[in-house]
Amino acid sequence: MKHLSVIFLLALAGMACAGVEYRQFANPEQQAAYENLTSELRCLVCQNQTIADSNAELAADLRRQVYEMLQQGKSKQDIAQFMTDRYGDFVLYNPPFKLKTGLLWIGPAVFLLIGLIAVFLFARRKKNVANVEINAEKQQKIRSLLEESDQS
Amino acid sequence: MLKYILPLILFIVMAVFLALGLNLHPSEIPSPLIDKPAPAFSAPKLQAPAEKLSPTDLKGKVWLFNVWASWCASCRSEHPVLNQLAQQKAAVIVGLNYKDEPEAALGWLAQLGNPYDVSIMDQDGRIGLDWGVYGVPETFVIDKQGVIRYKHTGPVTPEDVQQTFLPLIAKLQAEN
Repeated sequence: MKHLSVIFLLALAGMACAGVEYRQFANPEQQAAYENLTSELRCLVCQNQTIADSNAELAADLRRQVYEMLQQGKSKQDIAQFMTDRYGDFVLYNPPFKLKTGLLWIGPAVFLLIGLIAVFLFARRKKNVANVEINAEKQQKIRSLLEESDQS
Repeated sequence: MLKYILPLILFIVMAVFLALGLNLHPSEIPSPLIDKPAPAFSAPKLQAPAEKLSPTDLKGKVWLFNVWASWCASCRSEHPVLNQLAQQKAAVIVGLNYKDEPEAALGWLAQLGNPYDVSIMDQDGRIGLDWGVYGVPETFVIDKQGVIRYKHTGPVTPEDVQQTFLPLIAKLQAEN
């Protein structure tokens, strides 16, 4: 039984390693650049994943490309440029601010502004309602109505 | 009055955005390579691995660069369309056999017909990466100067051939 469980655990260990890529880096900065880049580049097949997260073959190819370029001493900007030259700004999770991407960057602020204005207008209207004056005649009527409902 | 008009305006704005959203194709990423020179490569031919092909060999010709693989299901639906296009001899058709096994690729061509004037091998996907390929099939149109003029993502349909490819090829053939 003990032997069996050891075999089972060993098999599990093998499975855990199967999907992992081993990369060797010359220095920690290079490794940091690699991790940073792969988490900022979009996998174009599974569009809501970074190439660091994705198991798609294309993502593996792109990771290899990033690694090889870092080994060649290319800078992060060089690699980001290499990718945008081939796949467009879409490959970047942090797209540059351009006319085309303007709505993407400004949009949330515009919506926030619209929301704030709406809240402001709504709040002001509420205040006006609260300030309605009730004259003596109306107060008398309210009182009699309330008494009526108490009796019933 | 505003009470009635405001919801209507909101509804129309939302409807317009949703309608636009429905007609977008987020899986089609516009290629930044359009109107840029075709990325260079020198790759072994599928049928004759000892020989190599490079885009400079095709200077002066209008050519299609079709990315395909035997493992790609939508390539199978595209294949008859390419076969028919090849019969018209409108342009040179070059195949990029992407991340494929040569035996499987040759078997596929033997079984389904070979529309390609020549196919080259890209077993590790490096040429594909250089061309910004992210899905198979993809088809590029390259002019006589070796400049990429058009890219089609996904299988080419007979309508695409009639409405887009043939008119474009005719136009490019007329250029110098």
